[in-house]
Amino acid sequence: MLRIEDLWVSIDGKEVLRGINLAIPQGETHILFGKNGSGKSTLLMAIMGFSRYQVTKGRIFFLDQDITHLPTFERARLGLGLSFQRPPTIRGVKAGDILSACARGRVSYQALAAAYDFTRFLDREVNYGFSGGEIKRSELLQLLAQDPKMVLLDEPESGVDLENLEVVGEIIGRLLQKDRRRHHRDKSGLIITHTGFIMDYINADKGYILLEGRLLCSGNPRDILQDIKKFGYEECTRCRR
Amino acid sequence: MSEIKARAEKSKDKKAALGTDLELAEFSRQGGKWEYDPDYGRFSPEERTHLLRAGIELTDVDHAGTFLQADTAVVHCQANQPGVEVLPITEALKTHDWAADLLWRLVAVDADKYTARTELELDNGYFIRALPGALVEQPVESCLYLRTDRFAQHVHNLVVVEPGAQLHIITGCTTHPGVNSGLHVGVSEFYVKAGGRLSFTMIHNWGQDIHVRPRTGVRVEEGGSFVSNYILLRPVKTVQMYPTVTLAGEGAVASLNSIAIAHPGSEIDMGGRVILQAPRTRAEIIARTISTGGASISRGHLVGLEPEIKAHLECRGLILAPTGYIYAVPELEGRVSGVDMSHEAAVGRIAAEEIEYLMARGLDEEEAVSTIVRGFLRVKIEGLPPALEEEIENAIRETGKGM
Repeated sequence: MLRIEDLWVSIDGKEVLRGINLAIPQGETHILFGKNGSGKSTLLMAIMGFSRYQVTKGRIFFLDQDITHLPTFERARLGLGLSFQRPPTIRGVKAGDILSACARGRVSYQALAAAYDFTRFLDREVNYGFSGGEIKRSELLQLLAQDPKMVLLDEPESGVDLENLEVVGEIIGRLLQKDRRRHHRDKSGLIITHTGFIMDYINADKGYILLEGRLLCSGNPRDILQDIKKFGYEECTRCRR
Repeated sequence: MSEIKARAEKSKDKKAALGTDLELAEFSRQGGKWEYDPDYGRFSPEERTHLLRAGIELTDVDHAGTFLQADTAVVHCQANQPGVEVLPITEALKTHDWAADLLWRLVAVDADKYTARTELELDNGYFIRALPGALVEQPVESCLYLRTDRFAQHVHNLVVVEPGAQLHIITGCTTHPGVNSGLHVGVSEFYVKAGGRLSFTMIHNWGQDIHVRPRTGVRVEEGGSFVSNYILLRPVKTVQMYPTVTLAGEGAVASLNSIAIAHPGSEIDMGGRVILQAPRTRAEIIARTISTGGASISRGHLVGLEPEIKAHLECRGLILAPTGYIYAVPELEGRVSGVDMSHEAAVGRIAAEEIEYLMARGLDEEEAVSTIVRGFLRVKIEGLPPALEEEIENAIRETGKGM
């Protein structure tokens, strides 16, 4: 579904990603590990096509279409959906307005909000004064309304209190069709996580470690997480060498 | 000659403290001879559409009262409910001998040439009153209409909300579709008596060569409340206004909200002052301005004269064109200890990350900007008829396009 070939990305002239190769088939969810500043978020932002993230080399294909230079909204309409780690506050724009825009009349965003105890936030300015958990719920509900084929999640558990963790996990499980058998799943995902918590709520197929803009090892995401916990990211670098 | 007339005579050429100075001789004082229109039958569909953009629905249905003045002529005026009086000001001065005493008390007749000329060459205006204890739910709709090109309209309005009464007024000020230039001077004095509540929504929909000089004074007594909403979304040549609200009685409350767009060629000098001169009074001034190439000066002034008052001022501006200009002037003046006053002012542009955030949800750039602009201009406005709300939404949506 998503294929990235030798992707090099710079931010303000500084090289952040250096030759990423990645393929996520339909129905699979891949996990991206890596230290802060390794380029994980940059990869997600570049896939989404934000203007700060300049692709200097390489290609991004989504559903066999070259989207490397497609505007962000067209990528979204093709079926890419991103949950931001730190989304902006837009004063005066209500959470309900954005949910409504995401739903585009296809689903009832009010019903989605009601299902995840978000109704009271619909009339509030999006992300303004929201707690970490409320921000994530808002982000994930937007994705539910958008119903993307490929879900990109940037640290969905960061800043979320215990009370909200379960709801966040449930929504992500729903987005990625956790309850379906593997060959019946048609949604794919690429998830950045530090804690691995989210892996309890989804079926993670493959994991990678991103270090200094390069993808190093790949493999079973649970094994990778165990190794990181045990030996740290530095050991991974040495292992690779 | 009365003292007021004498002061007006002396000030008839006095330059205003703020705003572009206008040469009054360039305007005509010959308004059209418009006949009284009891059922609004004389308005063409085109005019009706134009009036609706200023919030004027041309119906007595669902309105507690209606007043429509074209140039100098009152063409429609009636109260539709008990508890409300709606009269041309010239009639009210004959009916109520006390009404004259309320004129020029909240606005100085010699403030500038615009106030002076209004006294010397009055073209009528409205008198709206809610009787003691009357809770008038439906709005009174008033319209001041420039129907003749180059005409200078001078009106003097008086609103009295008697003790315990409640009144909503929607005023639309606009021009005939064929009118390109002109001047509107509106002197307004509002009295909100003890426990009274007045909401006043003014929608301006002028032409691009129209000059506008409202002069407004408001006095709110004990426990009273005054809410003002001002909306200016379409092009105008110049607007200069600086309404002053005096919270004279304990616990009185005022809220002044304005949203304005300065289009290329427009100069909007818009302010608001609240004087909190009684204990436990509260005030809020909120201004949202956008420049799409025109100049906008956004002023706000809070004056705290008693302890235990609370007031907040918020001026926010967005510049959406390379040549846009926004000048925000928030002023706080505390004269005793124990006042609680604050302000927040910001002038900027739409952040790229906000646009891209919405684009990541599938909105194209135009839709994203329009959504952000609409949100920016969204100030809670109470008591508007649905058609007007829709019109405001449409105008804001149009504004967002192509930015």
